[in-house]
Amino acid sequence: MSEAIEVARTYLRPGKKLPTVWCGGCGLGIIMSAMLRAIAAIGVDKNKVAVVSGIGCTGRMPTYVDFNTLHTTHGRGLAFATGVKLARPELTVIAAMGDGDALAIGGNHFIHACRRNIDMTAIVANNQIYGMTGGQYSPTTPHGKRGTTAPYGNIEYAFDTTALAVGAGATFVARSSVYHAREAGLLIEKAIRHKGFSVVEIISNCHTSYGRMNKFASPVAMLEWMRDNSVSIKAAEHMDADALEGKFTRGVMVESDKPEFIQSYDEMAERVATDPAAVANVKKVIQSYDAMADRLKPENG
Amino acid sequence: MITADPKGVLTGSHYLDGDHAVAEGALAAGCRFFAGYPITPSTEVAERISARFPLVGGLFVQMEDELASMAAILGGAWGGAKSMSVTSGPGFSLMMENLGLGVMMEVPTVLVNVQRGGPSTGLPTLPAQADMMQARWGSHGDYEIIALSPSSPQECFDYTITCFNLSEKYRVPVLLMMDECVGHMTEKIVIPKAEEIEIEPRKWFKGSTEDYLPYKPDDDMVPWMVKVGDGFRFHTTGLTHDERGYPVMSAECQKDNVGRLVDKIRSRVDEIVILEEEEMEGADVVVVSYGISSRVAIPAVERARADGMKVGSLRLVTVWPFPENRIRELAGQVKAFVVPEINLGQICLEVERCAAGRAETILVPHAGGWVHDDEDIYQAIRGGAK
Ligand SMILES: Cc1ncc(C[n+]2csc(CCOP(=O)(O)OP(=O)(O)O)c2C)c(N)n1
Ligand code: SF4
Ligand SMILES: [Mg+2]
Repeated sequence: MSEAIEVARTYLRPGKKLPTVWCGGCGLGIIMSAMLRAIAAIGVDKNKVAVVSGIGCTGRMPTYVDFNTLHTTHGRGLAFATGVKLARPELTVIAAMGDGDALAIGGNHFIHACRRNIDMTAIVANNQIYGMTGGQYSPTTPHGKRGTTAPYGNIEYAFDTTALAVGAGATFVARSSVYHAREAGLLIEKAIRHKGFSVVEIISNCHTSYGRMNKFASPVAMLEWMRDNSVSIKAAEHMDADALEGKFTRGVMVESDKPEFIQSYDEMAERVATDPAAVANVKKVIQSYDAMADRLKPENG
Repeated sequence: MITADPKGVLTGSHYLDGDHAVAEGALAAGCRFFAGYPITPSTEVAERISARFPLVGGLFVQMEDELASMAAILGGAWGGAKSMSVTSGPGFSLMMENLGLGVMMEVPTVLVNVQRGGPSTGLPTLPAQADMMQARWGSHGDYEIIALSPSSPQECFDYTITCFNLSEKYRVPVLLMMDECVGHMTEKIVIPKAEEIEIEPRKWFKGSTEDYLPYKPDDDMVPWMVKVGDGFRFHTTGLTHDERGYPVMSAECQKDNVGRLVDKIRSRVDEIVILEEEEMEGADVVVVSYGISSRVAIPAVERARADGMKVGSLRLVTVWPFPENRIRELAGQVKAFVVPEINLGQICLEVERCAAGRAETILVPHAGGWVHDDEDIYQAIRGGAK
């Protein structure tokens, strides 16, 4: 049995009817299988994986995979996932997000999740458009490209997702594309293994909306664009700005060590419980109010 | 029912304001996950919980906003924790979309709104009761919700526990609708021993993993719940869904799904609702009130009685679901309902609807910023008794 079939048998929901809601040739299927290969490689128990999503074509991903899956509201997947992870720290929590989901409506949650450093993985499927609603421009639509709400070309400028994540303090940040499917899977695997908040951006194709409006003849043409316009981080080191113009880099942008949130919380709780000064301080918090209220009692003037 | 985990229960007598009492109520109820964003006049709840939680195995996190807070407490509940957030008007508005998600996913959780004057930033440090209709209708779509309104710090403690219990029983987010007065009023409260506090456990599914359907209703219309990570690998969504939790885009499924969400509460209103009634026998006028306004009304009611008027008082501890049956029944017996509330007419609309012209409904409005002058309530009672 090929690896792909094996992974599909093991990790796709048996009771869920296929095909997916996705258009034939959509990059999201490639991202979903990259995620499944990563989980298979790590060998984590299916029961201990939670996949959380927001709304959008990407948001439908959890429906098909045989884990604990929670399909929430547009942009709020990461915030919801934060609750799941903090209540059950032993789980592997993955948030699957579209570019609009992660960076427009959910942009605030995204940067704060990067900063907070809870051990979760955000997979940002960046198809540079609002796919589900039919092709409106998104925060990652390149300047000058068209969307149904930018019929004369986008006058705004795109976010660089990974630079944003790095700036916001994420401790693992990587990028790949659906053309580089194997690399995408390996990067997701690294991200999940990383202890702390990890972000993997996967450039994807929405040929139905983005492609049609921006003169890509087919999904294949979009994949070829990814092949021809991306550079590995290593190669990029030897290229100047002109040579890199219009291209995106692939690979691991950041991999760093910073105490993880739950670990820090547990250490803080331990310290508060055992250090007499800290215990006294908590008592004070509780009692000072009583004492103050006591003074306010009418019989005490 | 089981009894409270003693770890969270601060048994004894205390002088606490309503906000601090809510925090202790949550701790006693077994709440161990809190996500919130600071806003006056609710912040003290978060402050106290942030100090208390690390010592009882609870997890406190300050989120980036109320959109995130509401989403996080839903996630925390799916993770198996009893969860809560606290806010006031502006934050309450931001929470509405995910409150609806909580209704749709049938998540037991508690949301406290310490009401202040609105609209917009309004009166951050002063009281109002003007989010009462938002509590009922603030999220889009059809749904039913449960909301309680305490009038003292002791009730803040007691009814926070009730909110948690109701949320578990009916699998719905439950709202505690306070106001700035109750939130900041300091009184003696007595916290009982843990073994005297009754706790409704989560409706845990006890069958095998193969048999589990996350949205198959039990006889009480409420489905069984599991925790993320316990082997059930279920799906949950805000989309209209079947018993498996899978999206189904059809009018039939909408009818089954949303119909049940509404019916599981609507069909059991009398079981859910808590009312306090006084001197109803032979009353000509009934004062219908909730929260701080029910305490402010007391001197007016007593004065009217001293003047020979027959005045009953009906206190809505539970405001939503609205006790329609009781108001309908009373409408056939009394001349008038007097409704003092710190808004320009919200719950009085419900009273008027149920009275259906059989008794007069007299609103005693107050735009917010302070409580009523009891003279205004007295005059309304007099008008109704004529
Ligand atoms: C609060 C809210 N606003 C707007 C929408 C409508 N909406 C649904 S999906 C979507 C955009 C999806 O784009 P993206 O996040 O990039 O995901 P994609 O479909 O491209 O995978 C929008 C605007 C919504 N569901 N909720
Ligand atoms: S609309 Fe675009 S993103 Fe959505 S399924 Fe189709 S191709 Fe994929
Ligand atoms: Mg998109």
